[in-house]
Amino acid sequence: MIPVAFDYTKVNTVDEAVAALVSGGEDAKIIAGGQSLMPVLRLRMAAPEVVIDISDVAEMQGVSDAGDAIVIGAGTTHHAVMNDPLVKTHAPLIAMTTETVADPQIRHRGTFGGALAHADPAGDLPAAAVALDAVMTVAGPDGRRDIPAKDFFVDYFTTSLEPEDILVSIRIPKLGEGWAYHYEKFNRTAQGWAIVGVAAAVKRQNGSIEAARIGLTNMGPGPVRATSVEAALAGAAASDDAIAAAAENATDGTRATSDLHAKADYREHLAKVLTKRAVAKAAGV
Amino acid sequence: MTHVPISVTVDGTVYDGEVEPRTLLVHWLRDSLGRVGTVVGCDTSSCGACTVLLDGRSVKSCSVLAVQADGHSITTIQGLAEGEDNWHPVQTALKECHGLQCGYCTPGMVMSTVDLLSENPNPTEEEIREGLHGNLCRCTGYHNIVKSVQHAAEAMGGAK
Ligand SMILES: Cc1cc2nc3c(=O)[nH]c(=O)nc-3n(C[C@H](O)[C@H](O)[C@H](O)COP(=O)(O)OP(=O)(O)OC[C@H]3O[C@@H](n4cnc5c(N)ncnc54)[C@H](O)[C@@H]3O)c2cc1C
Ligand code: FES
Ligand code: FES
Repeated sequence: MIPVAFDYTKVNTVDEAVAALVSGGEDAKIIAGGQSLMPVLRLRMAAPEVVIDISDVAEMQGVSDAGDAIVIGAGTTHHAVMNDPLVKTHAPLIAMTTETVADPQIRHRGTFGGALAHADPAGDLPAAAVALDAVMTVAGPDGRRDIPAKDFFVDYFTTSLEPEDILVSIRIPKLGEGWAYHYEKFNRTAQGWAIVGVAAAVKRQNGSIEAARIGLTNMGPGPVRATSVEAALAGAAASDDAIAAAAENATDGTRATSDLHAKADYREHLAKVLTKRAVAKAAGV
Repeated sequence: MTHVPISVTVDGTVYDGEVEPRTLLVHWLRDSLGRVGTVVGCDTSSCGACTVLLDGRSVKSCSVLAVQADGHSITTIQGLAEGEDNWHPVQTALKECHGLQCGYCTPGMVMSTVDLLSENPNPTEEEIREGLHGNLCRCTGYHNIVKSVQHAAEAMGGAK
């Protein structure tokens, strides 16, 4: 279908983007890669009057090293993120998770920041962002501020971004030596979206697990940090049995729902199975 | 709604036009330029039939606005062959390996394959299936498409 008519403006800086949002009011919409927005416009599920294209904002492109963290520009495409040497070295979980997003064509256009701002409960990247304690740098009419990932995802397709805010970049703290990672995703073959997904970071030492970070995809309105599993893993043996026992806690704090892909109880079953697999693979067990 | 001017290189020729901002790239290619080799198969960015190369990278032209292509270079299925008898190796491989039946998905399959082989000249079967993940085919069962890609990789000088 053809979208409803709208005006189009392309901005070159973050300030211009915020100014355009302020003057456009609630009828303005940011377009980054367009890979979530275009289907919505074509199905006429949204009808903005102004579409603000941020794909030329240089500050929002690419990945940089900030010492104890890497900073990913919100407008960096999935394809660029997963092939970036800094991401591969310091945040391999982001690269691994991004590789499972959609398909090559969509990864060529879709952006890291767009996927986070869209906050689809089945989106893969929010789980990795909460597992790694990412921090979102946001620009609005009153200047810039930082929002930790755990406060960023509020509800289904809802973040703590205000209507006149734009996500500028995402800071991913470096975990340092000794960590290993895996993203385990369960999905139908013909469709990339996760029924459930588990992002795991594991630190091993002398046959046991020193620490772990676990984020769950599609186990509630937003990504869930599986803190009970993390607590059960800290100091546990790096063995199948110990990991399976810890993974039994994976449904703590989740609010899985039923849809045409899976019932809630099946999602809960998957969360435990996939958590075990993700941790075992990351830990090399 | 106001029209905006765009200038896009399509299959090697520069086209200047005026479009409504809501115009999808695929509709501009088909309706304004008459390049109907690129087809539309869905409304949800899922099928990949509309795949073209934007600055050399595969994209779904139903999910890009024509205005977003302003200043960029597009290659469609109609820009690959060097004349009637001199097809691109990917096109030849699909014909030789019976990689199509109705042919509706084929323009997109070809463009995605060209992109895949440019990044990975010698893909494994698994890499081919992953590389064509964004292209749906209702006819072939994919088997002969995978064979075609392997054949094209060989013809284009991939190591295997
Ligand atoms: C067929 C298909 C399969 C997919 N499969 C998956 C999958 O398996 N896993 C997955 O995680 N995702 C999947 N996606 C979604 C994909 O990851 C999108 O690229 C991503 O969700 C949106 O990024 P974008 O840059 O294209 O955003 P856009 O579509 O441009 O924007 C999405 C929303 O975010 C807002 N926005 C974008 N950027 C910013 C910003 N910097 N600041 C503030 N607001 C912003 C827009 O206003 C809009 O509301 C799929 C999409 C399709 C079409
Ligand atoms: S027409 Fe189906 S993805 Fe473009
Ligand atoms: S050959 Fe008919 S859809 Fe692929």
